[in-house]
Amino acid sequence: MLKRTLLLILFLILSISLFSENDSLIFLENQFPCEGFYITGRDIPNDGGSGIEINWSFPDSLDNCFLTVLRRDEFGNNSVVATDLLVSSKQVRDVSSDEEPSRVKDGIKYYYTGILSKKIIDENLLNILKEKSYLKNGTYIFNNDTFYVTSETDAVISKASWFNLSRIPVLISLIIIAFVFLYYLNLAKSGKELYIRKINGLDAVEEAVGRSTEMGKPIMYILGIGYVTDIPTIAGLTILSRVSKKVAEYETKILVPSYDPVVMTTAQEVVKEAFTEAGRPDLYNKNDIMYITQDQFGYAAGVDGMMMREKPGAVFLQGLFFAESLILAETGHSIGAIQISGTTETAQLPFFVAACDYTLIGEEMMAASVYLQKEPMMLSSIAAEDLLKVFIMLLIIAGFVISIFAFGFNIGLFKNLFDHLVNALQV
Amino acid sequence: MAISTNFWIWIAALLTLAIYSFLYKDNPFYKFAEYLLVGISIGYGISIYWHNTIITKVYNPLVYDKNFLVLIPLLLGLLMFSRFFKNVSYLSRIPIAFVVGAGTGLSVPSSFEFLFKQIYATMPLKLDIGSLIIVVGVISTLVYFFFSLEHKGFVGKVSKVGITFIMVAFGAAFGYTIMARVSLFIGRIQFLLSDWLGIIK
Repeated sequence: MLKRTLLLILFLILSISLFSENDSLIFLENQFPCEGFYITGRDIPNDGGSGIEINWSFPDSLDNCFLTVLRRDEFGNNSVVATDLLVSSKQVRDVSSDEEPSRVKDGIKYYYTGILSKKIIDENLLNILKEKSYLKNGTYIFNNDTFYVTSETDAVISKASWFNLSRIPVLISLIIIAFVFLYYLNLAKSGKELYIRKINGLDAVEEAVGRSTEMGKPIMYILGIGYVTDIPTIAGLTILSRVSKKVAEYETKILVPSYDPVVMTTAQEVVKEAFTEAGRPDLYNKNDIMYITQDQFGYAAGVDGMMMREKPGAVFLQGLFFAESLILAETGHSIGAIQISGTTETAQLPFFVAACDYTLIGEEMMAASVYLQKEPMMLSSIAAEDLLKVFIMLLIIAGFVISIFAFGFNIGLFKNLFDHLVNALQV
Repeated sequence: MAISTNFWIWIAALLTLAIYSFLYKDNPFYKFAEYLLVGISIGYGISIYWHNTIITKVYNPLVYDKNFLVLIPLLLGLLMFSRFFKNVSYLSRIPIAFVVGAGTGLSVPSSFEFLFKQIYATMPLKLDIGSLIIVVGVISTLVYFFFSLEHKGFVGKVSKVGITFIMVAFGAAFGYTIMARVSLFIGRIQFLLSDWLGIIK
């Protein structure tokens, strides 16, 4: 009796487990209310290649559904582009990245399919879908969850564009500014003196170097955590040249702790040249321009420690700074050094203004390098930039006046004019 | 709650205290933490460069994709090592010049694009007091950054309005960032008192 009962229980368990096995796809024809949902793919326009844009249109009823996008290439390889996107997001881009440089290759045909679901898609289902070479458009059921498979897009091929046509206004303004620059360059070369106003803080360079020399202390020049391609770092290197020349003339020592090896190498060249120009190449020591680390706070800790031990009389903070700016400026302040800072990072400028003796704000830093060298080419770039600023101001004033007529007096002509102006600025 | 028995929490807590000891003065504990951080970050940086640059961008394209164009940047990179040999050290200027030139050139269109975005953001899309403040602020700030004119007379007065706007913006940014830094400090103190000492929950 007991044996029979046990067998019966075993049979029941087996039957239940067999009948409840619904871990497979079941095609249900079109039972998901997806009328009007379809996806399309196209090559991303005006890009450098290796990128495809997938768009979808949908009725409002599907606003809160999720979409998973699958990709098949011409060789039959399947992969997942994105999972569980909110349908309301309308678009996803399939692009190569640093992590996946060969994700999308130019010249290869790709086909995209969308999986529409009301819940976040099951990982097992995703694996099953990836294995399928082709999925018929329609509604499916998996583990009691219903989902809809869109029809596959036409073949999409990614390609690189020669020109970014959306940047035409940028090109036009670049050509105009280039002509203005050439005009001023001609003026400067023909002997006309181009004026540049005095920049507060630059006169303090000599005072700072002199003070350090008198105190028998070195000078520390910090270029921040930018790379040699960053404009503030380049401006910082130009100012470094001037400071190094003064340092060589005063026969004192300059320390340049660097964040990036290429910036360090460039700084070595700049300091060496400045010492040679000042007639004191013998004083140049390349070990005074040293590499610390490429970790932001490791660099801040290293420079802080160096400041406390070397106790420089003057600290120059000229370059690109981020969250470490206040840590460095505060340590420099605590050791009583005269500090001259400059950066274009608006978020860090308040800290420099608070903790340093002199601060070059944003473009003042670029102008400072021109002020120090006063070369015709650099002076003409400043004059051209100023003219560009006048043009920008006129544009803003014109926009403001037009908007008064457009929105204040509700005049259609001005509304159109304002729209054209605003559209032209959206590059 | 009891004091932590996790070895790594102890290490993290002691290193946190070592770094904070700098607020008193420079000392051997701070020096130890500083050298450890610098050393570890260099080692970590090298491993990142090895995997993300040498392997991903040089070895894989060269060996698997047979992309021999990779040899050009590789050669430029190798030229940086010429600095170790005095008689050919000048060759290191070639990659530096390439990087500076390409970087500056590439930044020109993006800077212009940024400029367009800023002008667009200044355009008064509706007529209200906020739009007027933005227009006046932007124009006077632009006047402050005029370098071809001396800041005297009318230009001087407008530039003073400009620097006032700049300082107001700096004040707001200062307060905002300080709040973020204080919240970081609170996070650290919470770690010490909760995860390490178990004084608070």
